[in-house]
Amino acid sequence: MSLWNKHAIFEKNSIILILGIIVMISFGGLVEIAPLFYLKSTIEQVKGVRPYTPLELAGRHIYVREGCYNCHSQMIRPLRDEVERYGHYSLAAESMFDKPFQWGSKRTGPDLARLGGKYSDDWQFRHLVNPRDVVPQSIMPGYPFLAKAELDADDIGQQMKVQSLSGVPYTEEMIANAAKDLKAQVNPDDPNAAGLEKRYGKVNVRKFDGGNNPAKLTEADALIAYLQVLGTMVDFKGYDAKANYR
Amino acid sequence: MSIQATSRSMSANEVAWAIAAAALTVLTLFIASKATNPFYAFHMIVFALAGLAAIVALGKRATSGVPAQAAQEINGKPNYNYGPIKFATVASVFWGVAGFLVGLIIALQLAYPALNFDFEYIQFGRLRPLHTSAVIFAFGGNVLLATSFYTVQRTCQARLAGDIAPWFVVLGYNLFIVIAGTGYLFGITQGKEYAEPEWYADLWLTIVWVAYLLVFLVTLWKRKEPHIYVANWFTLAFIVTIAVLHLGNNATIPVSIFSPKSYIVWSGVQDAMFQWWYGHNAVGFFLTAGFLAIMYYFVPKRAERPVYSYRLSIIHFWALIFLYIWAGPHHLHYTALPDWAQTLGMTFSIMLWMPSWGGMINGLMTLSGAWDKLRTDPVLRMMVVSVAFYGMSTFEGPMMSIKAVNSLSHYTDWTVGHVHSGALGWVGFVSFGAIYCLVPWLWNKKIYSMKLVNWHFWIATLGIVVYISAMWVAGIMQGLMWRAYTSLGFLEYSFIETVDAMHPFYVIRALGGAMFVIGSLIMAYNIWMTIASGEAAESADAGKPALAPAE
Repeated sequence: MSLWNKHAIFEKNSIILILGIIVMISFGGLVEIAPLFYLKSTIEQVKGVRPYTPLELAGRHIYVREGCYNCHSQMIRPLRDEVERYGHYSLAAESMFDKPFQWGSKRTGPDLARLGGKYSDDWQFRHLVNPRDVVPQSIMPGYPFLAKAELDADDIGQQMKVQSLSGVPYTEEMIANAAKDLKAQVNPDDPNAAGLEKRYGKVNVRKFDGGNNPAKLTEADALIAYLQVLGTMVDFKGYDAKANYR
Repeated sequence: MSIQATSRSMSANEVAWAIAAAALTVLTLFIASKATNPFYAFHMIVFALAGLAAIVALGKRATSGVPAQAAQEINGKPNYNYGPIKFATVASVFWGVAGFLVGLIIALQLAYPALNFDFEYIQFGRLRPLHTSAVIFAFGGNVLLATSFYTVQRTCQARLAGDIAPWFVVLGYNLFIVIAGTGYLFGITQGKEYAEPEWYADLWLTIVWVAYLLVFLVTLWKRKEPHIYVANWFTLAFIVTIAVLHLGNNATIPVSIFSPKSYIVWSGVQDAMFQWWYGHNAVGFFLTAGFLAIMYYFVPKRAERPVYSYRLSIIHFWALIFLYIWAGPHHLHYTALPDWAQTLGMTFSIMLWMPSWGGMINGLMTLSGAWDKLRTDPVLRMMVVSVAFYGMSTFEGPMMSIKAVNSLSHYTDWTVGHVHSGALGWVGFVSFGAIYCLVPWLWNKKIYSMKLVNWHFWIATLGIVVYISAMWVAGIMQGLMWRAYTSLGFLEYSFIETVDAMHPFYVIRALGGAMFVIGSLIMAYNIWMTIASGEAAESADAGKPALAPAE
């Protein structure tokens, strides 16, 4: 009986009640979130993961803007059927520069974590314009407007700078050359293409909309550049799964 | 109030609010003039217009003779402030219908993709966040504002704190809804589920939320009763925790103040953990704690019975808020989140079953000695069925958080079904019950038609059952098809075959959703008729004493 009476202190004093609530809700978050920032095992040791190029970053913005994550995951689970269907299970390292993460929670459509290189640019382009042209039973919306809209990425350097403030290793050189690198990635003959590859390493450099709109740098170009790099960065030959067991 | 509508000069309080509104107008107009994105400029102009409207309203308030400070009591009885509650109640009905309707549209888009019309502003990917935000934050949020402001006044026997602040909370919150919702259609989004609004909308919500906490807290301080009633504990936990979650999951840096875009400071796996710490506790504190507060006031009040167990309410309150916060990682089973975090998430999610059922038992057993009312009172029936749905989905949830079960259910429509048994059954029905209680109490009218309430109840209940059954079958089928192997050891189905197999279930789900929408339209009509032309209730009903705190 007496213990129950002690509860009155919370019922009679709103500030003590609030403090009690804050204490109670603090434990879970502190224990589950804080260690992810200091435990070294959280992110696997891998080679090859680099920040997105300006064009891929602009494409990623379109992926987010159109809400692709509502139907597509980017997270292959280490289950037999998923690994056989989609490829090597996803590593934390592969999304370590993703702001925000796009792991998703629903597969109305297939997982996209290893989409890069799976289909041709032309397939991707046609699929975006009208998915049912290439997959008759598809229920995905069509995105013909992406093929027409000119890519607006004037502030791409500023976007990279903001990302670099919270951990994405964009160098000052990358930020300074952002606008040039963005254009160079769709044109192998661009004098700056070599500089782009020097700064980022392995990069797909080509016109991504399958030659459907040669004169214009479209939103479809950027989105396809992003889709074609998904899951292709990590060098799995040198990856030691046992050493990274968590 | 007074008969002679004498004009007066603005009070210091009104002047302060007007200055704040003017500052908002000037700032947002300046940003609009330099915005890099036309939709962002549009949003800034909406803010500016809201600021101007606030200044005009404050001026009118003074000139039309509304007293600068309303009387705290009239004839020894608290002078309750119902204006903002009335607004939030009507807004909740409006947003409810709108949100359910958008849900129906996107359900149909999944069955018939031509309904996306290749038109960027109404694509599934943009409408789905509009649906989730409209039902959770617009409908649910307005219900919570209305019921919490009503409950805190009645249980404290005191007028709501502040004269302008409660209006700021209610109108400011709805302004946030408009900015957030139109933003999704324009493609302005953070891309984090249930936290899609961009930085400037988040900032505005933070200001509104602080005001909400202050209005609620200061009203509590005015209480005549030494004990804080149990419903208010839950509301307080809801307000405080949502503030913490909102700040943690929206820690972003804008690209520039002239751009709607921002980047979250967390990345990858840490961002995922933050997101689902937020996401699951939006369920735990917005959709559970807040609505349990409704249950703790409206069920006993309607049944005219005291809360079943005071001790159970203490135990399940503290256990619920302690355990819920751990449950987030069950959204990330088998992902690249480290195993230890997944295991913690699963363990706590299973334990969460107990305090959840503690709440259910306390709600249902409050009906002890009043079960006969279920036969005659469809409003009470709605609330009791909602508590039953709460019990069902809080059993299903812990079950789905078990890793073995989750390996099947995750990424499938089973999850969607689970969410909707909680959202339509629990949150929806307890809200409808509260609205059917509140409108007659606030406007002092009799409900226009109990028969229509009954129709609403049955059509919506049937709709929910159709919806969740379709999603159970579809989701489990989908999960099984993904992992099906032939006798030769090959995957049996291509992905697109599993999409094709979903079609009939998507159609059935849309049918269930349509029934739920029809029910909500019946409610809207009934509420409209009650307010516009309903019979006056006997004054005795309005003067009923507030409940004593359960001790």
